[in-house]
Amino acid sequence: MTATIFWQLVLGFGAISLVSVGGGIAVLPEMHRLVVEVHGWMSDADFARRFALAQAAPGPNVLVVGLFGWHVGGVPGMLTATLAMTLPTSFMAFGFSRLRARLAGRFWLRVVERGLVPIAVGLIGASGLILAQGTATGWLPALVTAASAVFVWRTDFSPLWVLGAGAIVGLAFL
Amino acid sequence: MTDAPPRPVPTLADLFLTYGKIGLIGFGGINAWARRVLVEEKRWLTDQEYAETLGLGQVLPGPNALNAAIMVGDRFHGTAGAIAAPGAMFGGPLVLLAGLAMFYDAYGEVPVVKAVLAGVAAAAAGMVLGTAAKMTQKLKPPPTLLAVGLCALVAAGLLRVPLPYVVLGLAPFGIAAAWRVLRAK
Repeated sequence: MTATIFWQLVLGFGAISLVSVGGGIAVLPEMHRLVVEVHGWMSDADFARRFALAQAAPGPNVLVVGLFGWHVGGVPGMLTATLAMTLPTSFMAFGFSRLRARLAGRFWLRVVERGLVPIAVGLIGASGLILAQGTATGWLPALVTAASAVFVWRTDFSPLWVLGAGAIVGLAFL
Repeated sequence: MTDAPPRPVPTLADLFLTYGKIGLIGFGGINAWARRVLVEEKRWLTDQEYAETLGLGQVLPGPNALNAAIMVGDRFHGTAGAIAAPGAMFGGPLVLLAGLAMFYDAYGEVPVVKAVLAGVAAAAAGMVLGTAAKMTQKLKPPPTLLAVGLCALVAAGLLRVPLPYVVLGLAPFGIAAAWRVLRAK
């Protein structure tokens, strides 16, 4: 990895991270602009392939930036891009966490915290819907999704059971 | 809170190992799994506490799961916790992802792996949806807050409104609704 690419990764993903309100995936269009349009590091198809792999693998969705970095700079590129995307906002979150502890119990803070809860839950539901729209390529995967949703909602068994069942169904029929 | 048994407090090693596990099983995204492990399995947080932390993580810039992990880590073990929790959550999956990417570049898509991942992804999508339903049921939001949540669901999940608009646009309504609810108490 050259020094130029290092700084392009640091500045590019660092800037994107600062506007990523709502989550890392909210800024996917900006990432596309950076790695495909501005720098021409990869094709559209490569971009889509990397994104699909990061979605299929476990872990934070934002790790896709690690794959973008890996594409242009190997392991150092992967670490550079991931840290550029996560470190600046981490300091902010840490500072906020300290502030929150100091203001704990204040009426207005409790109001803000409670007011943001439905957005957090609504967005988990929304990400489920978006994932389901992507995976429901036929009636069988759609059935797996529906059964899994009911299982997780209505029982306290580990969701790993449904992931295992999904893997078996995938192996047998997809 | 009048929970019958006192809630356990994790050691730093617990925090690290647990977040490592959350990262590695986090198919379909971290948040639903973090709730499952932190609230149901470990009982370190209540549903309300987890949802509040995640909500704050969403309005702050940066990956929301990361912001939430920093706040949870800081809550239990200060600076060390704020490094251990997100470090473990990112470290494991990053190594795994690098391995997968190398494998893909060397061998291309293997049909069997692709089929298994498709099945897992379909189940993970359901798991995320089921988690949203379960959280709603446990949190029992009053109608106004429920309406805000449904707006977020429809705007982001069906209309595909960009997330910053959803979060910043709905936050004032959520806060106003919470103000009315808490003031009435």
